[in-house]
Amino acid sequence: MREFLEFEKPLKELEERIAKLVKAKSKKASVQDAIVKHSEQLTKLEAEIFSNLTPWQRSQIARHPQRPSISDYVEHMTDEFQEMHGDRLFGDDQAIIGGFALWKDRSVMMIGHEKGKSLKERMRRNFGMAKPEGYRKALRLMKLAERCKRPVITFIDTPGAYPGIDAEQRGQSEAIARNLLEMARLQVPILAVVTGEGGSGGALALGVADRVFMLEHSIYSVISPEGCAAILWNDPSKASEAASALRMTAPELLKLKVIDEIIPEPLGGAHRDPVMMAKRLSETLETHIRELQTMKLPSLLKHREDKFRSMGVWSTAKTPVTQMKAVTAS
Amino acid sequence: MGWFKRNKNKDSEGGSIKIVEGMWVKCPFCRAIIFKREIDRNLKVCLKCQYHFPMTVEERLELIADPDSFQEWDADLIPGDPLKFHDSQPYKARVEKAQQKTGKREAILTGKCQISGCAVALGIFDFSFMGGSMGSVVGEKICRAVDQAILERMPFLLITTSGGARMQEGTLSLMQMAKTASALAKLQEAKLPFIVLLTDPTFGGVTASVAMLGDLILAEPKALIGFAGPRVIEQTIKQRLPEGFQRAEFLLEHGMIDQIVERKTLKSRLRSLMVHCGTSVSA
Repeated sequence: MREFLEFEKPLKELEERIAKLVKAKSKKASVQDAIVKHSEQLTKLEAEIFSNLTPWQRSQIARHPQRPSISDYVEHMTDEFQEMHGDRLFGDDQAIIGGFALWKDRSVMMIGHEKGKSLKERMRRNFGMAKPEGYRKALRLMKLAERCKRPVITFIDTPGAYPGIDAEQRGQSEAIARNLLEMARLQVPILAVVTGEGGSGGALALGVADRVFMLEHSIYSVISPEGCAAILWNDPSKASEAASALRMTAPELLKLKVIDEIIPEPLGGAHRDPVMMAKRLSETLETHIRELQTMKLPSLLKHREDKFRSMGVWSTAKTPVTQMKAVTAS
Repeated sequence: MGWFKRNKNKDSEGGSIKIVEGMWVKCPFCRAIIFKREIDRNLKVCLKCQYHFPMTVEERLELIADPDSFQEWDADLIPGDPLKFHDSQPYKARVEKAQQKTGKREAILTGKCQISGCAVALGIFDFSFMGGSMGSVVGEKICRAVDQAILERMPFLLITTSGGARMQEGTLSLMQMAKTASALAKLQEAKLPFIVLLTDPTFGGVTASVAMLGDLILAEPKALIGFAGPRVIEQTIKQRLPEGFQRAEFLLEHGMIDQIVERKTLKSRLRSLMVHCGTSVSA
């Protein structure tokens, strides 16, 4: 069953009308004509809706309950997947999956957030919100990949790191910070793909990479639109405005040079055709991994360092300091 | 970020007690009302419960730096407005307001100084400037300070107080976490120590990057430190948080920090720790 989002309602109506006509099993030419006509209309309308998406609509697609995740990509992209469990310190966080994969005759390490699809699975996966043990498992696997000289591919899809008592007790901040530092100097190529929701520090903890990609309708932000609206507008219902203001969509982030490339999605979003999405993703990764594997290690690391070092916008003040109170030392 | 916003009018609205502006202060921890001058004389530490009140950047510098030893770096860096961000007011206007209010250009002071004769690269977050939030300038200044520390073979000391990443710079401010962590990786490779002093409050993207990467992590007594703000956690788990949650003492108990250090001993502690880490002392 296809699940429709709020702004897809016109599509739902059309699709239902077509279904009714088909169900009637009438051989009448007029009915057959109507089916063809409605189908054409549906394709046209869908193309129209999806070429004019607002940032808020995009974030709804990014969070679509049927959005493909690492499990789907592993299934469609790889010939073998050996999942590894646990951080060897506390537990095995189900919100992050990782392991060796056989992809295009290569052994690679694939790691990513898993939100789960059914409600039961979502609960088990904590809705893709990892705790420290999740990030520490991810780091353990990255270090293993480094030792085996295997490239790392990460799949980012999380509302954010879990905000809870146990997560704080076990050092949520430390776990994320450690990943940032270790990924910055990991001695194998790292490729990161934001497949759905790139929620703040919990996303970045898998996102320090040589190449960062975003699927066309995914989002990547410092805070959720709802959170931002609650804090800055004092009104969580202003989420759609916040989604625009935060510039969290793939085209905006490509402009800001936060990401390297956008991977186009099938019409209607990745969930409409996960196989095609996996194929496109695979092709993009292949091109870039070839490029990265020709680079010498010092140059790879230098490029990674420079990439993140150049992020941000600042300038040198032209107004004289005397206009302000000078900072004086004792 | 905004979850630290206090309702400034709370006390004046009730109208029951009129406190003469600036004469008395109420300790946010033990709620004692104390003569402000007494607290100032006591290094801004509560006489009843030892809560360490926030200090200004200048006061912190005076507390630890040898007289006339401080030399500021990159004071002229100012933020851009890459997102053309606009909520109730434009980001540019917010920054200008903060600059006028504080007399600073950004939310961190960096430079070098001597601490009892030990040369050190230093960064001090300024909570009064947009909640000490980390945007492009804060990230860049930290990276440059680390570069300079490596160049001059000095340890790096960072004193944090921050609500987290600066929302108004969007994903670019998130990237400052990766950027600063990457700089600190180089400091580690140069085998130079990184010392962090966590002060009240330190949260969000700052805790989840620079603040928790110290080789040595110190904290002021009762400082509130965490990843997610207490209100966000309460809303998520729909439970009241336990007493003392996210305080420095809680972090010490859970193995997240090395020491809780009182202000009166801070300077001598820092010197001693730096010497243990191999920093040389000039006469």
